[in-house]
Amino acid sequence: MEAVDKYVEYTSVSSIAGPLVIVEGVKGVAYGEIVEIITPSGEKRTGQVLEVREDIAVVQVFEGTTGLSTDRTRVRFTGETAKIGVSLEMLGRIFDGTGRPIDGGPEIIPEKKMDINGYPLNPVSRRTPDDFIQTGISAIDGPNTLVRGQKLPIFSGSGLPHNQLAVQIARQAKVRGEGERFAVVFAAMGITSEEANFFMEEFKKTGALEKAVVFINLADDPAIERILTPRIALTTAEYLAYEKDMHVLVILTDMTNYCEALREIAAARNEVPGRRGYPGYMYTDLATIYERAGRVKGKKGTITQIPILTMPHDDITHPIPDLTGYITEGQIVLSRELHRKGIYPPIDILPSLSRLASKGQGKGKTREDHPKVMSQIYAAYAEGRSLRDLVAVVGEEALTERDRAYLRFADEFERRFVSQGKDEDRSIEETLDLAWELLTILPREELKRIPEELIEKYLPKK
Amino acid sequence: MVVGKIVKIAGPVVVADGMKGSQMYEVVRVGEEKLTGEIIQLRGDRAVIQVYEETTGIRPGEPVEGTGAPLSVELGPGLLKSIYDGIQRPLTAIETVTGSIFIPRGVSVPALPRDVKWDFVPTVKEGDYVEGGDVIGTVEETKSIVHKVLLPVGIKGKIKEIKSGKFTVEDTVAVVETEDGEEKEIKMMQKWPVRKPRPYREKLPPTIPLITGERIIDTFFSLAKGGTAAIPGPFGSGKTVTQQQLAKWSDADVVIYIGCGERGNEMTEVIEEFPHLEDRRTGNKLIDRTILIANTSNMPVAAREASIYTGVTIAEYFRDMGYGVLLTADSTSRWAEAMREIAGRLEEMPGEEGYPAYLASRLAQFYERAGRVKCVGSEEKEGFVCIVGAVSPPGGDFSEPVTSNTLRIVKVFWALDANLARRRHFPAINWLQSYSLYIDDVTPWWQENTGPDWRELRDEAMRLLQKEAELQEIVQLVGPDALPDRERVILEVARMLREDFLQQDAFDEVDTYCPPMKQYMMLKIIMTFYRKALEVVEKGVDPGKIAKVPVKRDIARMKFIPEDKFLKEVAPELLERIEKELEALVENP
Repeated sequence: MEAVDKYVEYTSVSSIAGPLVIVEGVKGVAYGEIVEIITPSGEKRTGQVLEVREDIAVVQVFEGTTGLSTDRTRVRFTGETAKIGVSLEMLGRIFDGTGRPIDGGPEIIPEKKMDINGYPLNPVSRRTPDDFIQTGISAIDGPNTLVRGQKLPIFSGSGLPHNQLAVQIARQAKVRGEGERFAVVFAAMGITSEEANFFMEEFKKTGALEKAVVFINLADDPAIERILTPRIALTTAEYLAYEKDMHVLVILTDMTNYCEALREIAAARNEVPGRRGYPGYMYTDLATIYERAGRVKGKKGTITQIPILTMPHDDITHPIPDLTGYITEGQIVLSRELHRKGIYPPIDILPSLSRLASKGQGKGKTREDHPKVMSQIYAAYAEGRSLRDLVAVVGEEALTERDRAYLRFADEFERRFVSQGKDEDRSIEETLDLAWELLTILPREELKRIPEELIEKYLPKK
Repeated sequence: MVVGKIVKIAGPVVVADGMKGSQMYEVVRVGEEKLTGEIIQLRGDRAVIQVYEETTGIRPGEPVEGTGAPLSVELGPGLLKSIYDGIQRPLTAIETVTGSIFIPRGVSVPALPRDVKWDFVPTVKEGDYVEGGDVIGTVEETKSIVHKVLLPVGIKGKIKEIKSGKFTVEDTVAVVETEDGEEKEIKMMQKWPVRKPRPYREKLPPTIPLITGERIIDTFFSLAKGGTAAIPGPFGSGKTVTQQQLAKWSDADVVIYIGCGERGNEMTEVIEEFPHLEDRRTGNKLIDRTILIANTSNMPVAAREASIYTGVTIAEYFRDMGYGVLLTADSTSRWAEAMREIAGRLEEMPGEEGYPAYLASRLAQFYERAGRVKCVGSEEKEGFVCIVGAVSPPGGDFSEPVTSNTLRIVKVFWALDANLARRRHFPAINWLQSYSLYIDDVTPWWQENTGPDWRELRDEAMRLLQKEAELQEIVQLVGPDALPDRERVILEVARMLREDFLQQDAFDEVDTYCPPMKQYMMLKIIMTFYRKALEVVEKGVDPGKIAKVPVKRDIARMKFIPEDKFLKEVAPELLERIEKELEALVENP
């Protein structure tokens, strides 16, 4: 760090409101500049300039304003915008939400410093993602195939096992048949220390930590800090991907907490609120996070994002999942109903979608039968599910033989295909073979979406 | 030039003092890094500026330089095949110049390449009298489009000198002596302020349908050349695929595709695909007639606000050459949100849901720039601009301000339906909710170009589909067998209409584009089936048997047969077989 006396220091705090401090009589302060705040008790905090007028700066304090006073608070403007020092040594380490190590290890000696806001990727420089990532989870690999460079969020609800699922994906995700360098960047925002311990234990226990960089902002850390966490994580990911040729999987959890923090700041600034009190620029703000996934020309590394969010009241039209869905390339939806039935992972494939699935499926990527067999599975499960509603009205006896087969298919599909162990890592072949096996439940003439030659080749003979 | 001083910075909005003498919507260079901005408010000598680039690191006290000109686009050869950002910066050139995968700040690359020499062929000679809008020469810009070099609007006089040969856009190709004796040097490039519509002589009524090759659009909810349409749809309902289909197949000469605040990877798909796709009308590549404007969701929000104007100004320019232009904007909701964001930073009084009070008038002004017109100039030229705007209603709620204000303006509404998409019915345009107010205008065209009974067939088919929806409700309760025979026939034929006519496979080589005559014949065959089926049911034939006649299977295959073969061989045979096979049911009940 540069010498402290280089900084200009002010004691002219005129007002404090929520996470914001207003400093008067300042000169030459830059918009977005990073600020050090020294509390009356000598504690050091960090902030960022949100607005500057001639001699007034509005500073947002990341660690909160508790204990600050207008007369004895000192503010130093560092002249730098928010940057993070990055290096390969970050792999295997755990940091707090602002990038400070919290695993007892040494400070990172940065190879270079990077602006955490990054720059927008030139659309001309992107390449369409099309390499299959095997997560080992049938309900994702089969119907909702993930590809390198995609952003595919998990829409969950409170109390659903999205954390277990996230850890399982982080541990199992791989691109097949390639000895390429793979890393996980994990950013947690506003999670409880219990959850944080769960993540850290899981990462350590399974050895996943070695190839991971973990950033944790706890629920009792200041909400404002959450604004930084995903940006720091993605800057680290960009460094690993575009400068160190690594394939990076970024897991962001829980984006709902992030959006709450965004709303909190907007409210403190008396901004005009948009839908449900969230700021009008939330779409743009979320886009500057989600759009930092991708695959680009001339670079070996890629960034794949799995943001996790909990839908308030399981409502998919709430602004957070809604705006997310408009930016991301699909969504994996967890279902409370499946969870109640004891199915893990409780992925409901009907509302789930991977917009880039077709780019990663089929010959040369997975297996030739993949797109067709999944189209059939999807149709059959949808049919079985709608029959369940009918059964509730007319009773199972009223159904035809064919309908009963569909009902049984839907049950077996959930029990055997969707459901799997928390450590079970299924190869794509196992997933596809399982799908074929389930299709034997249906009368053969019902398999209208699969060409005859594939049925001949793959359908198990009874 | 005016040079002021920054006094306040808040996100994309910057306030500067000492700006007396600058004009509204003037472009300025902000700060030491010379970021591009535009004046959006003037009070005394204080100017409020929206900046098209990220403002982090800018300080009060840094200079703001006026340029004296409003936000303008460069018009001339070199526009086609380009990929621009919202303020017409060429993204491919930026990649080359910076050598980076990111778009850094303060890059300045001219929109039209300065080093390319175009082969200019004059179409006027010395001594000719010309006025603004007249074609003075041509350049074969791409294989598909001949760029007509227009005399800038406002100039009138006698050609004093005209050149021929290879020139850059900045070279003088002609000299015009105006009436007051002034000599004007004319170059192939001209500039036009984006927020000012380009003039035309006269607006013409929209009587010709824009043929898109999508059956549900052309036959049922037709868009006229020069018309406006909106596609609202919740996410995952196929909005982007529908827009891309329009861009690929519609019979416009030039297509302008604005990706306004949408996904980066989606733009990339278009950028990667269009140079390889064949343009059905010319046999050349689609990119030869396309201009892309890509201001993705993570690119600066003020440039997103400008992207719509940049696109429509370029569209008007090609219209003025006498071309037909289709402009698709995906999505106007993101554009409206950009306006909302800027208005919020200006602390303007918000209207509905935080959108500025002028949302409706801005939307109206934008769509009003569409139209079929007689172009300016002394020659007779006719061109059109069609605008198709996608709307992304939050939570799929069509009552929100952007959707509802758009619907008050546009004449065509293609309602995308997530339920149809989930049932894999594509294009997922809901036939009960959608409408087109151009049907009466385009009916004469269809009658002339297909068959005199076009309108009757269309209306009758529409009635069947509506009747089906009513009947479905009854069927849910009592089952199909309880319906009278006539209505069972309606259900059967409505299903044929849905599956064999409305559903269209964008990924099938033949079905992806269906020419008007084929559309008409397909509809005629299904409706002939309907009438004949009604006739035989009256004679006591069981509707269950009608559903099983072999000709039905071949009707379902119509869409996959190329037009020529279909019209010459298949259609007459099908009409004959409908008659024969249904009649046979009467004889052997």
